[in-house]
Parts: sequence; structure tokens; C-alpha cells
Amino acid sequence: MPTIYIDNKPYEVKAGKNLLETCLTLGLDLPYFCWHPALGSVGACRQCAITLFKDKEDTQGRIVMSCMEPVKEGACISVSNATAKAFRGQVIEWLMTNHPHDCPVCDEGGCCHLQDMTVMTGHNYRRYQYKKRTYLNQYLGPLLNHEMNRCIQCYRCVRFYKDYAGGEDLNVFAAHHHVYFGREKDGILQSPFSGNLVEVCPTGVFTDKTLKQHYTRKWDLTAAPSVCQHCSLGCNTTAGERYGKIRSITNRYNGAVNGYFLCDRGRFGYEFVNDENRITQPLIRNRVPEAVDEQSLMDHLKLLLTQSRTLIGIGSSRASVESNFALRQLVGSENFYQGVSLDEAALGKLIASILQSGAVHTPSLKEMEQADAVLVLGEDIWNTAPIMALSVRQAVMNSAAANALQQTSIAGWHDAAVRELVQDNKGFLANAGLTASPLDDISTCTLHATPHDIAVMGFAIAHAIHPGLPEVPQLNNELAAKAAQIAKALQQAKRPLIISGPSCYNEAMIKAAFDIAGALNTGERKAMLSYVLPACNSMTLAMMQAPSFEKSIDRINDNTVVIILEQDLYRSIPPAKANAFFNRCKNLIVLDSLHNGTTEKAQVLIPAATMAEADGTLINNEGRAQRYYQVFVPTTGMVKESWKWFWQMRSLQTSSGNGLELHPNDWLTKLEKTLPQFNGISRVSYPPEFRIHGQAIPREPHRYSGRTAMLANLAVSEPKPLQDNDSPLSFTMEGYPNRPPASLIPFFWAPGWNSIQSVNKYQQETGGALSGGDPGIRLLEQKTGTPTAYFTDIPEALPAPRNKWLLLPAYHIFGSDELSAYSAAIRELCPEPYIGLSTQDTAELGITDGKNITLVAEGEEYTYPLKIQEHLCNGIVLLPAGLPGMPALTWGSWATIAPSLKNNAV
Amino acid sequence: MAFTEDKLKKVQEIIARYPDGKHKSALIPVLHLAQEEHGGWLSSETMDYVASLLKIEPIEVYEVATFYSMYNLKPVGRYLFEVCQTGPCMVNGSDQIIDYIKEKLGIGVGETTTDGLFTLKTVECLGACGYAPMMQLGKHYREHLTKEKVDQIIEECRSKATSLN
Repeated sequence: MPTIYIDNKPYEVKAGKNLLETCLTLGLDLPYFCWHPALGSVGACRQCAITLFKDKEDTQGRIVMSCMEPVKEGACISVSNATAKAFRGQVIEWLMTNHPHDCPVCDEGGCCHLQDMTVMTGHNYRRYQYKKRTYLNQYLGPLLNHEMNRCIQCYRCVRFYKDYAGGEDLNVFAAHHHVYFGREKDGILQSPFSGNLVEVCPTGVFTDKTLKQHYTRKWDLTAAPSVCQHCSLGCNTTAGERYGKIRSITNRYNGAVNGYFLCDRGRFGYEFVNDENRITQPLIRNRVPEAVDEQSLMDHLKLLLTQSRTLIGIGSSRASVESNFALRQLVGSENFYQGVSLDEAALGKLIASILQSGAVHTPSLKEMEQADAVLVLGEDIWNTAPIMALSVRQAVMNSAAANALQQTSIAGWHDAAVRELVQDNKGFLANAGLTASPLDDISTCTLHATPHDIAVMGFAIAHAIHPGLPEVPQLNNELAAKAAQIAKALQQAKRPLIISGPSCYNEAMIKAAFDIAGALNTGERKAMLSYVLPACNSMTLAMMQAPSFEKSIDRINDNTVVIILEQDLYRSIPPAKANAFFNRCKNLIVLDSLHNGTTEKAQVLIPAATMAEADGTLINNEGRAQRYYQVFVPTTGMVKESWKWFWQMRSLQTSSGNGLELHPNDWLTKLEKTLPQFNGISRVSYPPEFRIHGQAIPREPHRYSGRTAMLANLAVSEPKPLQDNDSPLSFTMEGYPNRPPASLIPFFWAPGWNSIQSVNKYQQETGGALSGGDPGIRLLEQKTGTPTAYFTDIPEALPAPRNKWLLLPAYHIFGSDELSAYSAAIRELCPEPYIGLSTQDTAELGITDGKNITLVAEGEEYTYPLKIQEHLCNGIVLLPAGLPGMPALTWGSWATIAPSLKNNAV
Repeated sequence: MAFTEDKLKKVQEIIARYPDGKHKSALIPVLHLAQEEHGGWLSSETMDYVASLLKIEPIEVYEVATFYSMYNLKPVGRYLFEVCQTGPCMVNGSDQIIDYIKEKLGIGVGETTTDGLFTLKTVECLGACGYAPMMQLGKHYREHLTKEKVDQIIEECRSKATSLN
């Protein structure tokens, strides 16, 4: 490790880094704008100037930009000498000539990097007396607000949006003092990662428009570490509350999972917590709501639960491990099901068993970014796991850069130089899917085919890599050629990555992905295999091997009590089937947070907490258990975590009065004992009694305002602070004032660093793991020496029934997820329901785009407008999955299509 | 807006100068051509047309066209006075020259006379500091400007315009 001298003090530092990263890693305060740990250096803003000396004798030195200078053995630099300080002060003063003095009305105020840097450099007096340049702002859609006057031309927005995330509709116009960052004209930003501009922009040009609806300063938020609920990746978030409403979601850095970025569904999908449709009071059918209080509810439940009837529990892929396990304990393991269709449960079970076998390594998102060849087999990750798509994009870009850098001495962080060198080269990505995906733009090899064809191509790839595996009979030429191309590229890679998932409802595809990864796993080559799952906690239910609730239907009679945990069964199976199920449930207890089709059927409806009012654990698609913490205690209603309701019910059952109160960690300890596959999960969090120097971790920053006044309309005396018995976090600003352990960071803040850039102060090195290690406990590790149990059952091609189409779901980042669609902004971006067919099929049916057509599936008719899918292959009909108001269908079944008679007449 | 056969051929020639798949490199010369053809300025329709010729997104054209001061994004008069206002010219009295033109033509910087003949624009260094103060008119430099010279140039333009009409 080289030694460098900063202000005459020696430091041992990491080679290969630039001096800015190095200084920040050492904990020094050095201002910067254009550099970003994920975007690298371009040396544009001149803010990170330091003095570099020739040697120890040199007293003069020269000004250099620390972000552009590599670490060199023996280098002498000064961060704090007068020349460098004056230079940095000047840069800020220049930037400030045009920056408006609107901090009091700017949404960024209080978490603004520009504010922090201005204070840090000491610029506090404005000498420039003339007019500032002004701009017209643009409408950028429901998610982001645009205020160009605040711009300081650091170019981070376009570097993130275009270079990092591959967006095409945000650009930079003009030059000099009238540079403009925006779209070609007003309109919705098209990239699903646009929300990151809020954090990437060092000032208030791009701000969160949803926060604006109920604005709160960062210092006034009660915040807690949370985990995103809107897909299976488990990105870490920070949820902030004031006055009983979630105000915003910001990124919570986790070096192994989401890094610095979130997708827009995750960032803006939080408003279901604040929705009017929330269930806050328990309801008992045929009783007036006012007559139901906690006591009468318990009395009623006692009656239901104790009359020696069979209990059936239906777990939920969007409820926590604790809630699911508590339900399983309540009803008994043989009576525990999950609220998804038979097919989905089977696919989940298959994926869990593959990963649990330990034969292959399932990577974190961070590891995916290091892959040097990627195959996506049939999963539409752009829409089902957006941040994974962003990671795959980084893998493609990183491997191209690594190739290009082999012949030069340019450092990888030198962003502009690397891009110049790489030009349009890309690493290897093969993207096989039903229809076009934005990932196709960066793919070397693209296939649009039926799930069956994608699966057999997968088996053909596996065979090409490992000839001992069976050959695919009668493979067509296109598939054979692509299989050969992909197999070759994967074999040349050192860290190949295979991605698949259940979204095509095709078992063979999942098996083929495993076979490829298994075949690649030889010697030095370490293959990675990742499966996307349907929901944020699907992995838990798959690991518990909970069967589909459809299997319980024959067991239900008038004496059975069915308990449904936080799941709308109408989203899992077609309405007719769901109705048939509910018709059998005479005693139905439903716990949920929002009213839906299932809660309407309940005999007893119990208000469940959302992630904002609950502590709980989720297991993501890589088998990483992560805890989310309660943000606030609801002041109205009787909202409680489902696991809390369940232990109350359990104590009714045992009739020994009140049972022992259980905390999330107790549930997890019990879970480990009951189901050994969850071994280690209890380490996911610190026990509730964990303290640092006797202090809890405060959820509120020390500048939280109005505490003694905000409830003065109710009572002038300040109420006793709420106690949190389930976690080491406190609900107030009192507590340990320094950096908490990585999994317990309620918000990022460091002295002088109020913006999210303060995450630098929480990391082992900039862009690296959080101090103390990234949060999360991985439950699915590769076990060395595990034989690879290949699947050899290659499916035979079944001829499609005459005049029938294979019914498959089309996923949409905005719309396919249940909870995020409650956010008005996300709702605005949801597509309208449609029926998608290939161009040729449309022509043969003689229907035109946009006209209503009718799909008949299992005897039910569904009429929606036709949307021609240019790249879809023939014989498939796509319907958007999970859109609000759209019924669930039996995916993977055969359907017929007719031009709509009802509608065309109108 | 559309190019004539002739100009389209020219566009193809320009594109052919660059390697395959690098159509975009032809953007600057093609924009110049378009500006010439389109009365000295680039409308968004013109830029969209150029985008379609080069098979790139309109936003990529806007990005470049807005960057360079040589592209006019608003209609300009037949005669465009581009007066240098950088240091050496300023020291030699470009401010007075600009003020004189403003007064004489009754327009501000960036504006066009009502008869559509003249537009006044200020520009940065044109590399003719030895002849300061100076301006660019069409493809020619006019140097050592004085009020009299400005009168003369304006007269010259007016008479040229009349003879053309």
C-alpha cells in the first residue's frame, strides 16, 4: 500500500484510486460536485482542488484537481493550505453568481450538497451585483420537479441518466453560462431510474414531486431503515415520516444490494401507506364498526379459534417472515399455505430448491455488476426487477471498460477517458424474452421467442458447454446458432451470470438456467445464477415450501376457520375460481392494510401494519434476509403488525391468558429452531435491548423541530416519548449521536454533510461496503463439493391447439405491482389495460390496433383494446399483469380470441 | 423543409466521409448546409429533418445546434452583424460600435430590423484581434470599425438588397 503525505501527515492508502476518493475515505472534508462514486471523475467542476507538491522540499506546489490525480507513492499534497482553499472558495463564488438565493423555498434545503459545500468552503458574502441568468423550466412528468435556475452545471444528471442508466431523453443544450439540462420539450422522463436525479443532482434542479405534495424538511423527518416492498430484490430504503404520513423514500446505501440507486417504482411507490383506502379499524361482519373495539374483537376471535375447528392459514409473499411464521405457528405447519396460484407456488418451490441445493452461487447485485458475460433467459427484468436490469447494464459496460483498459494505463475511475476508449463496445449480454425490452439495445444477442423455445435454447446452451448433458432433438437453425454463440461467449467468461425467473410460467426455463450455470462451473470459472421472484418475500414462502392455497380448497368446510394474511387472492387466480374458494369459507379472518377484493369477503377484518408501521424481515431473491424497521406509531386506529395480532390470537387459543410477548427476533429464533433452512436469520438484527453507551439509535435528527409545539392543539404538555420494544431504535431525537451499525442507519448525516452525499462517512471506502459490513444475512450459500444435479427432462414441443393462443403476462414497472399503484404519481404512469398480439397474428385475425378485442380464457370473456407487439412471436397473447382493476388469469393456459362484437358496434 | 436532390447528394458525400455507423459525425456540416438553405437559421422542423436524414434522435441535433453560436435558432435578417466583444475589441471600442449600430438600426442585441434586413449579434473572439474592433458579415470580416465604416457597411447592404430585389 502506498504512503502519501497529506498536510505533512503520512497515510497508508489504497493504490489505484484518485486523491479525492482517498481523501474522502480517510475522512477528510474535501468539497466536490461533478465526481460521484458510481459515476467516476471528469474533472469538470474544479471544486476538489488541492495543492500537489513536487517533493517534500517543494513549498510552492501547484493546484490540481484531486479527482483527476491518481495516488502515487510518496505524493505530498495539501488539502488545507491557503492557495487550495482560496481556489475552492472562488469556484463556489463563481457558481453562486447565478444560483438563486431561494434555499428557504427550495425542496433541497437542508439536504443540499451545494449548501454543504458552500458552508465548507466558507463562501458567505455575495459580491456579484448583477442579474442572474434565468431559465424556463420543463414539465418532466409526475415524479420530478424541474428548476433549472438552481443549476450549477456539474453534468452529473446527464452522466447518470444517459451514461449510467442508458436513458435517451434527458440531455444538455447550449453552452457557456446558458447551459440547459432537460428534455427536447416538456414531457414525462422515460427512464424508470429518473428518480435518482433527486439524489444525483447536488442541488435543487431535480426534486421529488411526490414529496412536494406533503413537503417536510429532512431534519423534520422521523426516519427508519426500510426495505423496498415492490419487487423481490430488497433494495434498502430510508422511509421518512411526519404527522403520521410517509413523506418520502430515499436510497439507503447497501454496497451489496442497491448501491446508490433505486428504481422509480421503489422510490415513489410509498403512498399506499397514506392511502384513504387503509384499514384502520377491525370489522366484524354484521356489526356496526363503532361497536368493535379490541376487547370485542378478541372475544369474537376467541370464539372462532377455540371451538376445536381446523384452522387454515394462507401466508403472503408481501408480508414479513415474522408474520408468515407466526401464522404458520398459529395454524400448524400442515395447515399453512401461501396465497398464490398452484403454478406460481410450484415455480417458487423449484427455484428455492435449486438455490438451497448449494450447487451454484447466487450473486448479490454488486457481484452481478462484475459479471463478464450475461444471459437473461426469459425473464423481463426491466419490468420485474428494474435495479437488476441496471446492474446488468453496468456489467455490460464494466466488462467493455475492463477489456479496453487492459492495453492502457488509464485508471478505471477516469470516466471521460474510459468512455472515449470504449466507444460503442459492449460486454456480452444475451437477452432472450417474449418481446422487445430496453435491454435489447445493449445486447449482443437478442431472441424473441416462445417460453418453450427459450427453454430449449437454454438446454442446447447447456449441452454445448457440457456435452454430457442431453442434446435437444430437432432444434431449429436460429435457436441452434444462437445457442452456439451464447455458449461460446459464456465459456470465454470468467464470471458468467445467468438470470431467469418465473414470469413466463415455464418450469423448463428455470431448469435450463440451472443446467447452464452448473455446466459453466468448472475450475476457475465461477458461474452465477440469479432468479427473480414475483414479490418481496416470495423467497420465504418458497423456502417454507408452503403449498398454494388452491390445494386447501377441499379441506374447507363450514367448520374451518380460514385466516388470510395480507394477500389479495383475486390477484392470484381468476375471479371465478376465487369466488368459488370464498364461497366455501364460512369463517374467514383477513388481515390486511388496504381494502381489496379479499377483504370484502372477510367475516373478520383486522387492520395490519404496512412496512411503515411494522418491524419485519424480508428475504430477497438472493436469499438475503433484511430487516425493515417501524418508522412511526400510528396515532389513530388499531393498526398492528400481523405477527402481533397472531401472538394475541395464539394466547386466546392456549387459553392461558396473555401469552408471552414476542418480538421479531424471538420469532426468528423460533423459526431457526423449527425450520433449519433459515439458519442464521436471527442475526439479521440487533436485539431490542441493544444500546451504544447505554443509548438507543434515534429516528429523529437532532435538529428535529416543533416537538413541543406540534401537538399543542391537542395538549400543551409534551407527551411521554413512545417506547420501541421491538428494535434498538428510539422514536425521538435522543440517543446515540454518532454513526450506528450498518443495518440500523435511520438516515445519513454527518457534521457538515446534510445531504445524502454523507454516505461517504458511513463507508469503509468510497463506493465500498458500509463500515461494519453491508446489512443482510445471506441464507443461500454455495456449498463446495455439492454435486450438480442436472435436469435432463427437456420438454417436447407440443403443437399449439388450433386457433388458440398461449396466455402470458406482460409486466410493467408501473402497474404490475399491487402496492406501488396506490401512489397517484405511479398510477399516472400505468398503462391502460390491453391485449397484445404479434403483427402477423393481428393481420390474420383482421383486427386493427387500438380496436377492442375479446379474449376467452376458461370460459370467461375479457375485452380490451388491441396493442400490436411488434417483436412478439406468433401464437402468444399478452395481457398486462396485475394492473389495478384487471383480473388475474391463469397464465400459461390456452385462450381463444375474437374481434369484440359488443364494442365495434358502438 | 426538405433538401433538393443536389443538396441531398451533398449530404451523402458528407456522410461518406465518416466510418460506417458513425452517421452522427456528419451532423455539424449538414446543419450548416441546412442553415444556408433555410434562410440563415434552424427551426425545430429543420433540425428534425436533419435528424431523420442522419437517423438520429431529434434531441441529439438540438444538443449540438444549441451549443454553437454559429447556428441561429431564431430567424435572422438577410445581413447578420456579428460584432466581436472580447477583450481586445472591447478595449478598442467595440462597446461604442455596438451602441452605434443599435441606435442606427433601432434594434437591440439579438434583434432584427422590421424590414428583415439586419440582425445584430455579439460574439466572442473571432481571432482577428490585430484589426480590432471588428465584426463578421457573412463570410467576411469587417475590420478597424468606426462609426463611419458602420454607416458605409449599412449603406452597402441596403443598396445590395435593393438591387437584388
